[in-house]
Amino acid sequence: MTEKTETKDETVATSRRRFLTGSLAAGGAAMAAGLATAGPAAAQGESVITEIQDWNRYLGDGVVSQPYGVPSRYEANVVRRDVEWLTASRESSVSFTPLHELDGIITPNGLCFERHHAGIAEIEPSQHRLMINGLVDTPLVFTMQDLMRFPRENHVYFLECAANSGMEWRGAQLNGCQYTHGMVHCVVYTGVKLKHLLGEAGVKTNAKWILPEGADSAAMTRSIPLEKALDDCLVAFKMNGEALRPEQGYPVRLVVPGWEGNMWVKWLRRLEVGDQPWHQREETSKYTDLLANGKARRFTWVMDVKSVITSPSPQAPIRHGRGRAVISGLAWSGNGKIKRVDVSIDGGRNWTTARLDGPSLDKALHRFYLDIDWDGSELLLQSRAIDEAGFVQPTKNELRAARGENSIYHNNGIQTWYVKADGTVENVEVS
Amino acid sequence: PTHGVFHLGRAATADEIAAWDIDVRPDGVGLPEGRGTAADGEVLFTERCASCHGDFGEGAGRWPVLAGGRDTLKADRPEKTIGSYWPYLSTVYDYVRRAMPFGDARSLSDDEVYAITAYLLYLNDVVTDDSFELSRENFTSVKLPNEENFIADDRSAEPHYAGKVEPCMKDCKAEVKITMRARVLDVTPEAGKENEG
Repeated sequence: MTEKTETKDETVATSRRRFLTGSLAAGGAAMAAGLATAGPAAAQGESVITEIQDWNRYLGDGVVSQPYGVPSRYEANVVRRDVEWLTASRESSVSFTPLHELDGIITPNGLCFERHHAGIAEIEPSQHRLMINGLVDTPLVFTMQDLMRFPRENHVYFLECAANSGMEWRGAQLNGCQYTHGMVHCVVYTGVKLKHLLGEAGVKTNAKWILPEGADSAAMTRSIPLEKALDDCLVAFKMNGEALRPEQGYPVRLVVPGWEGNMWVKWLRRLEVGDQPWHQREETSKYTDLLANGKARRFTWVMDVKSVITSPSPQAPIRHGRGRAVISGLAWSGNGKIKRVDVSIDGGRNWTTARLDGPSLDKALHRFYLDIDWDGSELLLQSRAIDEAGFVQPTKNELRAARGENSIYHNNGIQTWYVKADGTVENVEVS
Repeated sequence: PTHGVFHLGRAATADEIAAWDIDVRPDGVGLPEGRGTAADGEVLFTERCASCHGDFGEGAGRWPVLAGGRDTLKADRPEKTIGSYWPYLSTVYDYVRRAMPFGDARSLSDDEVYAITAYLLYLNDVVTDDSFELSRENFTSVKLPNEENFIADDRSAEPHYAGKVEPCMKDCKAEVKITMRARVLDVTPEAGKENEG
């Protein structure tokens, strides 16, 4: 065991030295960026090609060296991050998905942003129960095993925190789409239609609302109209094929497609059926949207049409110089599918329709690309999504004109990235 | 079991429902038996709540402010408290009982929650006499100042949504100027700046 470790350390040291040597040969700029691109080789050729590398010669680790695999050590910067000054405690706080490093539409489980109100409840599945009570014929208790015996469905949905981009209402604050837009993730959920569970208890004819409740010490509760509950809500126990992560509600959470993340109650332990909303803390004090006139909207459930360019972005500058460049981004809408995404490189003066790529699914993230030739001049990048209901993503100034700057939630305004001649990128507001 | 279609799960017992179903509605449905005075609440609040929320609900550090802020909702920096913003007293009782103190939830008795709720009314000048006693019987007679100021979701009527208009594609503005830069504010964590040039 000791011997193996030593061998491994030596290998790491050797490959690091060769990596540095090779990079220097390829040019200092590429090394500084940590990302080599194939440029003109010296007459003798690049050492990564002309010399036999460690991984060409020696055996790598065997199977199950990682019983649960983890990303390459060279991807160590692809992690959730938080902003400490945002909240008073880490147990009622948020972390952000590194959108700038991801592609496609599915978020890896370990990178899905977190939002807890009382930390991560650690629940042994055999000790978990789901109760249905209230206006039902037979109040019921289910075990996890019971839930696994209902007919299952699989659906891909985005989950966006109502406060995503909330720090940007007053203007450009945080430099990076991880921070400005990273309270969103999108996974495949496996679960049971909520209507099957409610049907099992027998919903009474005067029922109009349900109240899901979490088992953590915040005992999160939200009022949801019965119509939505019977439509597409799921009680999910798997994400991306495996059990929910503890931070995502293990062993079971509510899935409320297209609606604000707060309603997706984690560690779900109870569903009450009633004839009126309950006006709980999370739908009065929080998750209500204050307008400039002092009134506040409540029950703002749907997450409106939205998009963001994930690369280039402040954390993902252009390092390859001028020439071909890929503009990559995400678009989504709680109203359904994304119909179109337009991209501007001049701050919204002119727009080009981007290419949607990959699956286009109801209330899921959509990936778009625009392939450009960058002449090295400054850009003001924007994306503008249109959903299948016909709603067009507004500018931040349009939102502010309608709502003021104190709504906190539901900021789906168009994001601008300022790409400078050196390829670095900043979060800006434009006129 | 004979219930349902799939015949899964079992009937919940009355004790089980009582143990978990503690939610309270604005009309008072769900309130338990009990009572407590604002004066009793002050003692409890000082002991159990003030280390985070301040002696007078003013909030310590970044912890939530519970009192004050009346008539600030149209201000540049609104202060949204129980007195200035919350619509219903039921939410105060319900939330304190279900989730507070932070890190020691469900540790207050029903009478203690009545007393703390009464004290929060006192801190917010909704009641002015600290001998005021809140109980299940008089609970729904208390109204919070901001109840009428909540409206339905009417986002789809906003000008930018209402028409569902095909947006401009060419020559949409004469000029574009940068009006604000996050870099100037400089509050992004270091890890977000690591790749900057």
